[in-house]
Amino acid sequence: MAKYIFKRVLLAIATIFIVCFITFFTMNAIPGGPFAGEKAKSPEVQAALEKRFNLDKPVGQQFLIYMGNLLHGDFGVSAKTGREISDTIGSKFAVSAKLGVLAVLLAVALGVVFGSIAALQRNRWPDRLIIFLSTLFTSLPSFVLGSFLLVIFSVRLGLVQAWSPDHQNLVLPVISLAMYPAAYITRLTKTSMLDVMGQDYVRTARAKGVAQWKVLFVHTLRNALIPVVTYLGPMIASVLTGSLVVEQIFTIGGLGAEFVQSITNRDYPMIMGVTIFLAVFMVTMNLLTDIVYKVIDPRINLG
Amino acid sequence: MAEEKNILSVVDLHTTFATDKGEVMAVNGVSFNLAAGKILGIVGESGSGKSVSAYSIMQILEKNGSIKSGQILYKGEDITKWPESRMRDFRGKCCSIIFQDPMTSLNPVFTIGFQLKEAIKLHTNRTGKEVEKRAIEMLELVGVNEPEKRIHQYPFEFSGGMRQRVMIAMALACEPDILIADEPTTALDVTIQAQILELMKDLQKKLGMAIIMVTHDLGVIAQMADEIIVMYGGRVCERGTAEDIFYRPCHEYTKGLLRSIPNIDSMGKRLEPISGTPINLLNMPKGCAFCPRCDAAMKICLEQQPPETRTVDGHLASCWKAIQAEIEAGMIHVEAPGSGT
Repeated sequence: MAKYIFKRVLLAIATIFIVCFITFFTMNAIPGGPFAGEKAKSPEVQAALEKRFNLDKPVGQQFLIYMGNLLHGDFGVSAKTGREISDTIGSKFAVSAKLGVLAVLLAVALGVVFGSIAALQRNRWPDRLIIFLSTLFTSLPSFVLGSFLLVIFSVRLGLVQAWSPDHQNLVLPVISLAMYPAAYITRLTKTSMLDVMGQDYVRTARAKGVAQWKVLFVHTLRNALIPVVTYLGPMIASVLTGSLVVEQIFTIGGLGAEFVQSITNRDYPMIMGVTIFLAVFMVTMNLLTDIVYKVIDPRINLG
Repeated sequence: MAEEKNILSVVDLHTTFATDKGEVMAVNGVSFNLAAGKILGIVGESGSGKSVSAYSIMQILEKNGSIKSGQILYKGEDITKWPESRMRDFRGKCCSIIFQDPMTSLNPVFTIGFQLKEAIKLHTNRTGKEVEKRAIEMLELVGVNEPEKRIHQYPFEFSGGMRQRVMIAMALACEPDILIADEPTTALDVTIQAQILELMKDLQKKLGMAIIMVTHDLGVIAQMADEIIVMYGGRVCERGTAEDIFYRPCHEYTKGLLRSIPNIDSMGKRLEPISGTPINLLNMPKGCAFCPRCDAAMKICLEQQPPETRTVDGHLASCWKAIQAEIEAGMIHVEAPGSGT
């Protein structure tokens, strides 16, 4: 197990390096730069700024300098605000994480519960309704759902404040983010429950005299959740990328909004910082998923 | 009284499955008695209703299956009338079952110990350490080496034969009166088969439970059973001791079945398979179920179901051909219906 984790961490470092490489060079390949803005600056100021952010050097050298600083844990400062990148990411991520965690929890809860109901009520109306809704929500992108919810609940009904500067009201953004994964998990749980319910060991459990609910929650569900756990990694990724847009719609000042803004601003250090942070996050999530997978299913051999 | 000695009596059992294509008549009027401590063999080919009869007793049929009519008497009480809560106590405590495929019959994500202890906790008052002790004791009894260590392992760490031993341990942990073995050796290779059968016979002597042995393997049944039932198309064709069935078969299906397996007399000869395919259970014929495949079929076989009668040598069969033989032997005196042909 320890050996496996060590191996995975090494692989993760390689992955993150590649992400850095690609991002850095594509970012520089896009026309414009942090200081090619609308405001006219004197050539001296322009040159000073470029020197400050090493933009006067060749791209290859810039990359090496950046990676060197990164090894010391130095993400640099924003080219726009001059604030430390790591501070900004830290504070913004707290907001996004809250949104993300709530969305993931909601998605898993809804998905597992409705998926199980659909499996148990197979071919009856609850099943049909659940599958209809889950098809609907899997084909509805989060930004469409978000805008839709915003129009109905904020503009028409006035129930929820459309703009929440203090990030107090996360109900609508959480729902818009959670519905797609919830719908997906519902379908996954249903299929997998049906499969497991037909397995011989479920019949064995019944034949032992185990009560019906216990057969379901102990013997069936644990097996049925294995595919759902595998989906958790990609799901967290999709919730995160989904939040880039959803944060914009609901004007939540999270990491997603920051990321989108940094790209429009060509804020090179910020783009790099957020990208690396997200990459590390994603890789960690995938590793965690694999470990949880092993905990649920002892047959999985990590190594 | 003979009634009281029977721990289990199945009376005119009908079990059907509702499917998209119609009602599948899997079991059509099966009756048998199981005496305490005896071994009853149920033989028949795939789809003859032998497993469904066994599952009906446990009431662990698939969702679309149901017992349409008939009685299943356990110690004189009709368990088909019992509520599910009472059936839960029946399963595992009064009657246990082991299944055909040990590879898939154990839950892959729980340890052997968990699954064994679950069975013990359900039906006994044992707690904590005692449960563990009993589990280890059972594993030892069925011949699993190093039970203290094995109890913490998962099914995937066991071979097929070992898993079947675990299944047996689980089934017998609460000392049931009846053990149903649904093709317990079919999925195992031959050397392991013999070991498992030996183990079952051994445990039967030690613990004294009655066994219902469901199989399509005549060799398995010949060694073990006190009484044998031959089933076809959800009905009993013939019943008797192993000798009756093997040396004096009366039903045409039993005869065909025996011709299709190799024995010492048939050396050098070709085996004769029973021609045709098993009966379509969606569409049961009016007469004898085996009639479409029977070489000796008569007109009456098509029209009327044969009643169960005592054969010339004293066991029971449901075959018009056998009845004809009985008439010829002067055992039955009738004007109709068999003599018409």
